[in-house]
Amino acid sequence: MVDLTSQDMSMNSMEPVGARRTRSRQIPSWLITIGTVALFLLLWELLGSHVNPVFGSYPSAIAVAGWELAVSGVLGAALMESLKPFVAGYGLAILLGVPLGLILGRFRIMEAAFGIFVTGGYAMPLIALVPLLILWLGLGFWVKVSVIFLMCVFPIAINTWLGVKVVSNTLVEVGRAFVASDVVIVRRIVLPATLPYIMAGLKLAVGRGVVAMVIAEFFTAISGLGGIIINSANNFDTARMFVPIVVLMVLATLLNALVGLIERWVAPWQYEIAARN
Amino acid sequence: MGQVSLVDVSKQFTLRIDSNVHTVHALRRVSFTIRDGEIAVLIGPSGCGKTTALRIAMGLEPASHGRVQVDGRDVHGCGHDRGMVFQHAELLPWLNAVQNVMFGLEMKGMRGAQLRETAMRYLDLVGLKESWNRRPHQLSGGMKQRVGIARALAIDPKVLLMDEPFGALDAQTRESLQAELLDIHARTKKTILFVTHDLDEAVLLADRVLVIREGALQEIIDVPLPRPRGDLGALRGSPEFAATRYRIWQALHQPPEAVH
Repeated sequence: MVDLTSQDMSMNSMEPVGARRTRSRQIPSWLITIGTVALFLLLWELLGSHVNPVFGSYPSAIAVAGWELAVSGVLGAALMESLKPFVAGYGLAILLGVPLGLILGRFRIMEAAFGIFVTGGYAMPLIALVPLLILWLGLGFWVKVSVIFLMCVFPIAINTWLGVKVVSNTLVEVGRAFVASDVVIVRRIVLPATLPYIMAGLKLAVGRGVVAMVIAEFFTAISGLGGIIINSANNFDTARMFVPIVVLMVLATLLNALVGLIERWVAPWQYEIAARN
Repeated sequence: MGQVSLVDVSKQFTLRIDSNVHTVHALRRVSFTIRDGEIAVLIGPSGCGKTTALRIAMGLEPASHGRVQVDGRDVHGCGHDRGMVFQHAELLPWLNAVQNVMFGLEMKGMRGAQLRETAMRYLDLVGLKESWNRRPHQLSGGMKQRVGIARALAIDPKVLLMDEPFGALDAQTRESLQAELLDIHARTKKTILFVTHDLDEAVLLADRVLVIREGALQEIIDVPLPRPRGDLGALRGSPEFAATRYRIWQALHQPPEAVH
């Protein structure tokens, strides 16, 4: 008995020590990310500064050009000009993509009838269609919205659709056993169970939406961040050209983080379950 | 009243294995009536059709032939007159314990202050009043199944249908939940149809044990143990317990030619 107790105590006291040791040895993830980004910038700076400024640029030159663009107000105005159609197109894609995915996943006939358009639409070479969209919608705000919408709606719909398909059948049966209607089952069971997939779709759509935004600004009325890119490139001002590119990458990263935060807020159980495993 | 019957129920479905189509007879002309207030246990080896019988009684699956009756009236599909306890509790992971119990009540149409009140009362019945705000992943397996029982009981069904509810729990938790179920039954007098493959569990809980083999009702065995069952540990050691257990074992292990 005495032996057993002491063994038990030693095991109990071992555990937290071991856990603490591994925790202190672990470097936080954000520090690793900052480290690799810093290393990348440093290498770029060292190598890039030896290249002819027309053929390439480097971080400090881009930073100077960015500062000039920012204080002159050009960058801020261009960013706002780009964000407006982005928010509208991305928002519309969520409003239509999520219900579309829910319907495709839930109703066999709808899936058979329209699923193929969504899978096909996802692979659609959108750039080729831009001239046609311009014919329909002109060169203004709405053509940009439509390009962004078309790039974003399919990944959102497909992810939602896939999410619905993998909702545990027994959870749906819980709804049926308590005599919930189809609409209630979708709203109270299928939609919450699909949320992690929907949020993953929203993250994918952020990247595609940013690309669509630049495409729209290249091919329609030259404006916004894409406009700065194309005008700078035409003037062989490579450092200036890189400014909006960096801004767009930072923007997409921030939007992704924002979607992640929203996910933690609307689907906290998912994080809690994942954190435990 | 709380009586549930399967009347001449058969169930077959087709199964495609590679290119061969098999017709599986999950149930063949099964009839039984679970009496008001009794605990009846469906027992049989896995794949014998006991869960299918329960799901048909619940209305989650249609019978290929035959009828389901509650209190002598035919029922079609699911209804609030039957409450289901699932094998793995199947709580909604985004709702906490009391919200999960409230879900069933809301589906029954209950609204307002009495909704939460009723849900809390049933959580109290299964001893989880203090853990009302925990989400399923913050509950142990036994606690989850308690919430599952509370959710089914809260809608005040005539019959409680339980599909191997304790099968996934460890031995100690299973024993305490068995005792609790007997206690709940003594207090609520609910009719319970309980599926298990555990002989001991069947004898401990049941008034009658329905032995199912290869989709057919083989035998109905009365359990001659008094209610309340009292100390379950002592009961397990009693000769009556052993004798009943052996009778069911025999029904499960009769040579195949005795099975029609």
